[in-house]
Amino acid sequence: MQAIAVQNIHKSYGKVQAVDNVSLEVRPGELFGLIGPDGAGKTTLFRIIATLLLPDQGSATVLGFDAVKDYAQIRRRIGYMPGRFSLYQDLTVQENLEFFAAIFGTTIRENYHLVKEIYSQLEPFKNRRAGALSGGMKQKLALSCALIHQPELLLLDEPTTGVDAVSRKEFWDMLSRLKALGISILVSTAYMDEADLCDRIALMQHGKILSVNTPRGLVESYEKPLLAVRTAGMYRLIQDLREFSLTDTAFPFGEYLHLTTRRRVGEEEVVDFLTRKGHENIEVKRAEATVEDCFMALMQE
Amino acid sequence: MQASAVIQSENLTKKFGAFTAVDAITFEVQAGEIFGFLGANGAGKTTAMKMLTGLLSPTSGQGRVAGFDVFREAEKIKRNIGYMSQRFSLYEDLTVRENIRFFGGIYGLKRAEIKEKTERLLKELELESVEKQLVKSLPLGWKQRLAFSIALLHEPRIVFLDEPTGGVDPITRRQFWEMIYKAASDGVTVFVTTHYMDEAEYCDRVSIMVDGKIQALDTPGILKKTYSAESMDEVFLKLARG
Repeated sequence: MQAIAVQNIHKSYGKVQAVDNVSLEVRPGELFGLIGPDGAGKTTLFRIIATLLLPDQGSATVLGFDAVKDYAQIRRRIGYMPGRFSLYQDLTVQENLEFFAAIFGTTIRENYHLVKEIYSQLEPFKNRRAGALSGGMKQKLALSCALIHQPELLLLDEPTTGVDAVSRKEFWDMLSRLKALGISILVSTAYMDEADLCDRIALMQHGKILSVNTPRGLVESYEKPLLAVRTAGMYRLIQDLREFSLTDTAFPFGEYLHLTTRRRVGEEEVVDFLTRKGHENIEVKRAEATVEDCFMALMQE
Repeated sequence: MQASAVIQSENLTKKFGAFTAVDAITFEVQAGEIFGFLGANGAGKTTAMKMLTGLLSPTSGQGRVAGFDVFREAEKIKRNIGYMSQRFSLYEDLTVRENIRFFGGIYGLKRAEIKEKTERLLKELELESVEKQLVKSLPLGWKQRLAFSIALLHEPRIVFLDEPTGGVDPITRRQFWEMIYKAASDGVTVFVTTHYMDEAEYCDRVSIMVDGKIQALDTPGILKKTYSAESMDEVFLKLARG
């Protein structure tokens, strides 16, 4: 039995096709990432899987239960953390956690081992109102509340949006530990660098799944000739490489520019071109694709 | 202090009661520079930006932005800077054209000037076909590019960008950075915050705030050398928790 099996799901809002014929499977115990920009349809898909929204067409089973008929069974077994902070702002940290434990018929003490690592960081502030917490602490509290009833499946909709790089890393470390406890996790993000931390990922854009693969498998399937180029000035480099006759795309990737070309070109051809254009400190080397390179290539197909 | 500095901050400090949110930050940003302003959530970035944009009066220290004093000339600062944030920039219930006209008016541009700039901007951004559509109906990436152009409408010497690229696809994110590069090459100073560490590499210089202080400030290249890091991501991870 799959943790999640989604088949040919469609969902429109008026004229906007939010989810367009999506099929997807998440295996038991898997940490599965749904990667895509805002507006890709990630949240709509999450809401359908969380039984909060009915699809127009298609079907979904979650932990073996039908997402429409058996919604009550599913709700008892999943932990859902929506993208927008949805805890009670006027309750304290501890009251929120107690509340979520109580409505699922359990207590903090019974499942403390699950949230201990996350919640212990919040305990010094347990009497503070949730609305007065910092962004990072709100996120930790929301995860604690989603975990307190020992769910078999966690649905985390953009848990790291707007969160700094260090807190994001800590959050992903926590997810690995939850995975090790056997919890299946579906997590969405617009940060493509987080894809590498998932067992498998689906890339999503305009309501469609572009690809499902392991992060490794995805980057290995990248077929375009790809070079990393660096010179003294990035802006001029972008402009000049757009004029290079063999350029397909030229986009900055951190300190390097990633250049895809219409045919395989030697590094020295690019060096010659840039030298003629008057660039200095030229460095050109073969590059390995990242998840972002793959996403960009799939977007343009 | 150098004459070409667009931001000059000397020991700028902001206290809220017993809590020091920004603790004596000293730095300068030069004309035409792309300056990355990084830090973990809660490090004091937002408070510092509010002081530099005339929205919050500092507790102590000195500062000038676009030639104006942060204590005495906050209103002049607001009129002479551009500002764009992911959370608030455009009026969703106004059309593209109405937003441009509205902000043109707010910044005191003459009617003829607004008209001329509106046409040019619609053309440059290829938004002519959607000029009468409500902004809320546009894709996020278009909104961000429009918001950036509107922030530059009154030709400020400096523009503050608060996490301008959150949530967009990787191509749109890069197109946005090309707009930043272009503005900088036209002489506009760009002060930008981001959670994307690859974007830190696109800045001329980067500062990293930790617990209210500027813990490091240099070019990405020198920061990586100083902290023996391969990427700005690594520099950030080494510094940001203090």
